Amino acid sequence: MLAKRIIPCLDVDHGRVKKGVNFVHLTDVGDPVAIAAAYEKQGADELVFLDITATNEKRPAIVDTIEKVAAQVFMPLTVGGGIHTVADMQRLLKAGADKVAVNSQAVRDPSLISKGAEKFGAQCIVLAIDSKWDSAKQRYTVYVNGGRQATDLDVIEWAKQGVAAGAGELMVTSMDKDGTKSGFDIPLYQKLTAAVNVPIIASGGCGKLTDFNDVFKQTNVDAVLAASVFHFGELTIPDVKAALKKDGVTVR
Amino acid sequence: MIAIIDYDTGNTRNVKKAMDYLNIQNTLSADPAVIANADGLILPGVGAFGKAVEALKQRQLIPVIKQAAKAGTPILGICLGMQLLFDRSFEFGETPGLGLIPGEVVAIPDDLGVKVPHMGWDQNQVTQTDSIANGFDQEATYFVHSYYVKTQPQYILAESDYGVKIPSIVRNQNVIGMQFHPEKSGRIGLNGLAEFKEVVTNGNYSRN
Repeated sequence: MLAKRIIPCLDVDHGRVKKGVNFVHLTDVGDPVAIAAAYEKQGADELVFLDITATNEKRPAIVDTIEKVAAQVFMPLTVGGGIHTVADMQRLLKAGADKVAVNSQAVRDPSLISKGAEKFGAQCIVLAIDSKWDSAKQRYTVYVNGGRQATDLDVIEWAKQGVAAGAGELMVTSMDKDGTKSGFDIPLYQKLTAAVNVPIIASGGCGKLTDFNDVFKQTNVDAVLAASVFHFGELTIPDVKAALKKDGVTVR
Repeated sequence: MIAIIDYDTGNTRNVKKAMDYLNIQNTLSADPAVIANADGLILPGVGAFGKAVEALKQRQLIPVIKQAAKAGTPILGICLGMQLLFDRSFEFGETPGLGLIPGEVVAIPDDLGVKVPHMGWDQNQVTQTDSIANGFDQEATYFVHSYYVKTQPQYILAESDYGVKIPSIVRNQNVIGMQFHPEKSGRIGLNGLAEFKEVVTNGNYSRN
């Protein structure tokens, strides 16, 4: 049976991992290669690199970073952040990325999804969505620009539209849950998995072991993305996998 | 020298990176002369079957690969590259493949309650003992595909259960295929590539 995936997310700012990854036994805590290798050793199933470099001039650094990581670490690598064109995708895929994640630019121009899928295959194109519950409208609203700006889009509708355009996977972050460590947004993922038939990565809210069990037991998501709980060693991937296995969830 | 066939489909560079990491001599090439003289060939591939066949044709590589296979050169097809080794595919209409292993490529049924594409780490069950399948039994490898191969059990070394039994490692003498990505499957995947190198080094195959 297909294993549920555990995916650490690394924020990269011109070539260095930011937001303080604090591994034990790591001499250079900002080096993407060392961090990626440490996660590979722990049994991570995949890695997501988010390019948070603010200026366009410094963007090429992410290509160099992926080039270096892909030469040492042999698992699927996804890169997101600042992807505006098919040429941006191509550079990252050539450097060693297996998938690219598009977000704000896909909202502005959905043809970016279809153009990417046509050229590289749907399996290469991940649609990242930032979601926030709107209690007035009783729906989840899509946010762009790093969650700073609301759009008119309904998350479920946008997910369907993105899949129809060729997105092979969805990476959906609950802004309501992100940073709270109060568990994943179960209702959001129940609705999403009922609406589309592509793999879904849940993100935002995990703080303890049972959060992982809950999201996999109560929804049909395929993977979870987590950053700080792993970076600071609050939880380790082997701990998470052992707890899932005990609960009957298939893991690698 | 192992030649990784470079025909502008998929991330062939990641296969090269894995071979480099293993210190296995290799070259990325679309040159028919280089490919014809290689001791072993790797045919990678991500994308659509028809487009890949078209890309191989444009580079005049189909007769070269067929000739090498006939001469006994070990060939490893990866993912779409494995599917190309078979007789034909039904992805976007019928397209003939290289015909090096009997069988055909069909869609993973989407009415089995599984998601398509088959994407992620899935377990292998080894069905026949063979050096190339060493160490893969009950181990998960990374798959990304929407089509799978239908072939006779004699060519199947390992399979993965995804509602249907998906052949994950196949072999017809010197022609080998892996449906998963060994270059993305951690230590176990790298072992598979190293075993292929052993086949290239030790093999003595002649066909027909």
